[in-house]
Amino acid sequence: MVMALYAALLYMPEGSDWMTPEVRAEHNVFGAAATEVIAGAAALYPTGSATTITVAGGPGGDVMVTDGPYAEAKEILIGLYLLEAADLDEAIGWAARIPTAWRGKVELRPVLPIGHRPF
Amino acid sequence: MTPEEQLAETVRVEGARVLATLIRTLGSLQRAEDAVQDAAVAALQAWPRDGIPADPRAWLAVTARHKAYDVLRREAARPGKELAAAGGAALVAPDLAPEVLDMVEPESVVRDDLLRLMFTCCHPALAREAQVALALRTLAGLDAGAIARGFLVPEATMAKRLTRARQKIAQARIPYRVPPDAELPARLASVLAVVHLIATESHAPSAGEHLVRVDLEAEAVRLARLLNELMPGEPEVLALLALLLLTAARRPARTDAAGDPVPLAGQDRSVWDQAAIAEASALLAEAVRRSGGVAGPYQLQAHLSACHSTAPSYAGTDWDRVVGLYDLLLSLSANPAVALNRAVAVTERDGPAAGLAALDAITGLARWHLWHAARAEALRRLGDTGQARDALRQALALAPTAPERRLLARRLAEMTSH
Repeated sequence: MVMALYAALLYMPEGSDWMTPEVRAEHNVFGAAATEVIAGAAALYPTGSATTITVAGGPGGDVMVTDGPYAEAKEILIGLYLLEAADLDEAIGWAARIPTAWRGKVELRPVLPIGHRPF
Repeated sequence: MTPEEQLAETVRVEGARVLATLIRTLGSLQRAEDAVQDAAVAALQAWPRDGIPADPRAWLAVTARHKAYDVLRREAARPGKELAAAGGAALVAPDLAPEVLDMVEPESVVRDDLLRLMFTCCHPALAREAQVALALRTLAGLDAGAIARGFLVPEATMAKRLTRARQKIAQARIPYRVPPDAELPARLASVLAVVHLIATESHAPSAGEHLVRVDLEAEAVRLARLLNELMPGEPEVLALLALLLLTAARRPARTDAAGDPVPLAGQDRSVWDQAAIAEASALLAEAVRRSGGVAGPYQLQAHLSACHSTAPSYAGTDWDRVVGLYDLLLSLSANPAVALNRAVAVTERDGPAAGLAALDAITGLARWHLWHAARAEALRRLGDTGQARDALRQALALAPTAPERRLLARRLAEMTSH
């Protein structure tokens, strides 16, 4: 069976602190349970360090750099897991165990099968 | 049905079964749909000339497999880059060696594949409207135009919806399988909801309205029957089939000669389809036996529908039982539409004052014409003609379809003349 990669993008409400000992411990529990499927992971710095870049018009167009995250929703992106799973159902099963699933949202995005594992 | 229509119907119904198996062997919904479409075109050319083959499904299956094999062979001969672009959606290696091309799958395999197809179309990762569209496209064999007419949306909208759904299945790798037991109840609920929605949300065509009649209510009954064959003894499947049959049984009385809706109270009960009611009653009894005393939402709705189907008249309905069933339904999930129907039943059981109080206790329905119409009826019975007229006018202003507006306008005229 050829495995597929899933990026699990983690969201929490704005103003959340996802680096508290409690939250980190929960991620450690998930990390230990999911070693076989986690192909890579990253926690992001708070949104204050975020920069949004847009290019007007298309390739080679004017580059606009703004401070802050792009998303204007109530949740903000806090990190991601790359899950290697046989299909969407398996990925959903793992995503539902990510602590962010109850602290915010987890968005599953299929990853294009280009190249090899990024990690 | 003309012989041509009969032929098209055979291709449509058998094509769905062929498609279900081909999706599994090709690992791609799009490829399988294309191949079955090609085989259907070939059938509609060959069969009128040569006669319908003894086993139409086998003919379609073998032809579709050959068509798919031709496509794969052509793609294999193309440069790598092009192939990757075209074949990125294929999930498993196609099992199409020449010796298996002419094989005919046994019925048990086809049944398993149909069940896989049902659960895949109704996968929770797809939007409900996409689930409905996919189920009608693949399981009922309807094209985008027919589905679009059934739901009164532009054909291009429906075609786009189907394309997006196919892409989602391929890109997110929605698996082609029946979910494991642990997930089955939740996933089955999604399948049942889709079949129910096809029956309730589709636009019933009146004679001559469309060149091609799209009878989605009949398709929903057919899908419920198929599901009942594939998952025999499942209480909520039995109950849904019973519910759909009970509703369909009233069809001859549901609209008048002009195509306008006739409310339950005014329907000619002598034209209800008694054979369908009898079949539904037997199915419902089996659902009760198999559900171990825990009635699901479709069983409760089927009981409610059966209350009306077996009542001698509207006034002679067992309104106490109807109210009790609505109470049970509301205990499963709070739903303002169910609360409205319960309040109407309270009006019949306890009188208009109690009914009006029940109606006014429901919040969030001020934009719904049926709530105002129900209030109007309770107010009329209380003798408050002025307020009843006001309520009817509000209902009239909110009613979404012309036939409903005509019905409400008639009621308003009757009230004004008295």
